[in-house]
Amino acid sequence: MMSILVGLIILLSVIVLVQILRVNELVSEVKDQDANEITDKDNNIQGILTFAVFGVLFLGFVLWQFKYWGVHILPPASSLHGATIDTLMNFTMGVILFVFFLTQPILAWFAYKYRGRKNTVAYFYPHNNKLEVIWTVVPTLVLTPLIIYGLNVWNDITGVDTTNSKIIELYAKQFNWTARYAGDDNTLGQANYKLVEGLNVLGVDMDDDSAQDDIVTREVHLVVNEPVLLKMRSQDVIHSAFLPHFRVQMNCVPGMTTQFGFTPTQTTAEMKEQEGEDFEFVLLCNKICGAAHYNMKMKFIVETQEEYNAWMASQETLKNTLTLN
Amino acid sequence: MSEHHKETFLTKYVFSLDHKMIAKQFLITGMFMGVIGMLMSILFRLQLSNPGESFAVLEFFLGEKWAPGGVLDPNIYLALVTMHGTILIFWVLTAGLTGTFANFLIPLQIGARDMASGFMNMLSYWFFFAATIVLLYSLFVESGPAAAGWTIYPPLSALPQAIPGSGLGQDLWLIAITLFVVSSLLGGLNYIVTILNMRTKGMTMSRLPLTIWALLIVAILGVLSFPVLLSCALLLIFDRSFGTSFYLSDIIINGEALHNTGGSPILFEHLFWFLGHPEVYIILLPALGIVSEVISVNSRKPIFGYKAMVGALILIAFLSFVVWGHHMFITGMDPFLGSVFTFTTLLIAIPSAVKVFNYLATLWRANIRFTPAMLFAIGFVSTFITGGLTGIILGDSALDINVHDTYFVVGHFHIVMGLSAIYGMLAGVYHWFPKMYGRMMNKKLGYFHFWVTFISAYGVFFPMHFLGLAGLPRRYYTNSAFPMFDGLSDINEVITFFAIIGGLVQLLFIFNFFYSIFKGTKATENPWGSNTLEWTTPVERIHGNWPGEIPTVERWAYDYSKPGADQDFVPQNVPLKEGETEH
Repeated sequence: MMSILVGLIILLSVIVLVQILRVNELVSEVKDQDANEITDKDNNIQGILTFAVFGVLFLGFVLWQFKYWGVHILPPASSLHGATIDTLMNFTMGVILFVFFLTQPILAWFAYKYRGRKNTVAYFYPHNNKLEVIWTVVPTLVLTPLIIYGLNVWNDITGVDTTNSKIIELYAKQFNWTARYAGDDNTLGQANYKLVEGLNVLGVDMDDDSAQDDIVTREVHLVVNEPVLLKMRSQDVIHSAFLPHFRVQMNCVPGMTTQFGFTPTQTTAEMKEQEGEDFEFVLLCNKICGAAHYNMKMKFIVETQEEYNAWMASQETLKNTLTLN
Repeated sequence: MSEHHKETFLTKYVFSLDHKMIAKQFLITGMFMGVIGMLMSILFRLQLSNPGESFAVLEFFLGEKWAPGGVLDPNIYLALVTMHGTILIFWVLTAGLTGTFANFLIPLQIGARDMASGFMNMLSYWFFFAATIVLLYSLFVESGPAAAGWTIYPPLSALPQAIPGSGLGQDLWLIAITLFVVSSLLGGLNYIVTILNMRTKGMTMSRLPLTIWALLIVAILGVLSFPVLLSCALLLIFDRSFGTSFYLSDIIINGEALHNTGGSPILFEHLFWFLGHPEVYIILLPALGIVSEVISVNSRKPIFGYKAMVGALILIAFLSFVVWGHHMFITGMDPFLGSVFTFTTLLIAIPSAVKVFNYLATLWRANIRFTPAMLFAIGFVSTFITGGLTGIILGDSALDINVHDTYFVVGHFHIVMGLSAIYGMLAGVYHWFPKMYGRMMNKKLGYFHFWVTFISAYGVFFPMHFLGLAGLPRRYYTNSAFPMFDGLSDINEVITFFAIIGGLVQLLFIFNFFYSIFKGTKATENPWGSNTLEWTTPVERIHGNWPGEIPTVERWAYDYSKPGADQDFVPQNVPLKEGETEH
């Protein structure tokens, strides 16, 4: 019944539209005009509209969004390298917004200013090599520092010295995360997907000496200002470990290990003071991985050395959880 | 071809060899798919702005199984996102855009009676048609259509246990895309051969309209990159069906350890994006060509810097083959490679900037005639600027770390590629409609269509940048699982509101299109006062294009408002006057 009604309404609106267009065309015919010819009046109206919508409404909407929705942008980075990304981002964003607010008004203004009139003729101006050289060279000059600056930041991030970093493994599967601390020896025990069984959810090889002190957890605690090296693995499909507050993201790919080293610079407690009681550092999955992709998360807690030690003391090593049971 | 032979309904409208009819077949199929793809986006937008709420419209379209109680199922959400992307990128903006305008414009604008091979051209459409049927059929299979994203990264796309869409739906997707690639190669080779060999006397390469330059470069891009997609898809078919391990390694799914070792999903990503990035330009370049033509004609001015425009097209096309890695900065690819791809990617900004400034220079001191086509062309310049600029952030590997796969990306590519290409396509339809059907599209509906589209499209996609900067990942069924995103619901509501408005107004365009085919006011031979050769053909569209001799080309395509001329345009077949110099 409902669909018949909807169908009828659609049919009726089409008929009404056809009639409106017919009337419109007949009226023009009576006035001896071509209904679809572009008149000076059209050019005037559309030129003014273009200026109003492109130049005022759209640019106003952009500014409005920065004012009212800018608050949703992530707080400043809580990691060492993240601060350099933020600075680069602000610099790049500045350049982009400058070009944006330069070119869009020109477009809107030209459309309005040079709206056509029947008795005027456009200016024949096929090319000007000097101008073209200018607007090839200027973008090049603007891009050069952007590229050099960007590559420098990228090299610093990816080339960070991780020899003294605390190693933590992030293990992704549909649809949760597991973490493994490397323990006192700071070396992760070997793992193989064929060894995944029962409590050994990560497939750690318990014949490997360095595996004995590994600690498997369901949330990650980090010590503030202490460098960590995250090593990622995946059990099934591609996932992506995304820690937006730290400006950290790296895919977790089945069959290989990926990694990302960084240093947190703010504790959860400090962030709660800044951003509100509800604040948590959180790990998200950012690569489409299945039905519950949107719900795959793990808590990260950044704390002082003492708090961390207290938490770590309450965790069991793999040797205790797997071999002694 | 010039002799008239009796044509039946079947040879005229169905298995037509006439490039103009084939173009219309591509256009109407593309529009049909466009409506489906747009409708899908409205369905999942409802879930994104009102997560978990019941909508009768969801149940109406998806049924009790996929939208139980009117609430979208998470697997079907992913399937809709996947099919929306697939349909819009391949079916609408590749086949619908290039298929339409390459077929329609190449013979007409270079002065040829038809394509080099009319039969290959017809096959190209029918392979595309078969691909369309297979893809649409996949919407009706029990386990649902493909759901691993339009990029179908394995292992998700390889394992039916990982997501239901990776069952039969993914098989059909792969078959459809294989047929699609065949269609695109048949078309592409034909376009290249036709442009290189069949130009009329006097139509030198330096006199080609920019539309033809763009379509030539697009065809070359397609011929070089689509075979790679085909091989990439074939290997995936092998992994899925014949137990090979090209992309699979060390996997446990549903508690079962698979035998596959030694493969790498990263290999898939390299192969995929080797097509995938040129594909972005396969979508964009025809729009650039169309817009160059439409802006020049309606500004009544030559396009500014013709040679620079051609050079920029070639440079963009070349660079598009060496930037694919910018989709993979955070896959664990060697960071040095990341540096190289950052460098090449940001270089694209230079030819793009040249194009924008040349468009602005064309508008300067113009005598703009605001046809609906011209409005869409100006809209294109706006979206091309906006979307191009955010590309500078995403192309920078260091910045990409935190915006990769967030809504910032969704906003970026929908504006620079989606909107720009759609605007280019719509500009082309409004502009060449009189040549296609001998009638005019209704102007007032055209204006209304443009303004509602332009406003709502920015209303949909600009706010997405803020979602992305807030860290919101794309392809999330809902953001309610993370308290950090709680404040974003007002943005999501605005986006959905504009998406519905912007979607509905496209139906008005389709109404205008079909109404005008039958009832539009009669067009004259050259209603826009255009210089290119297609406007020298009669209003009645005949197989063979020109009733008599093919015109000879005497000048470039952009002699608008030339001092000393009798009117504000001089068609390409008018000989130079004594003492007149070519531009």
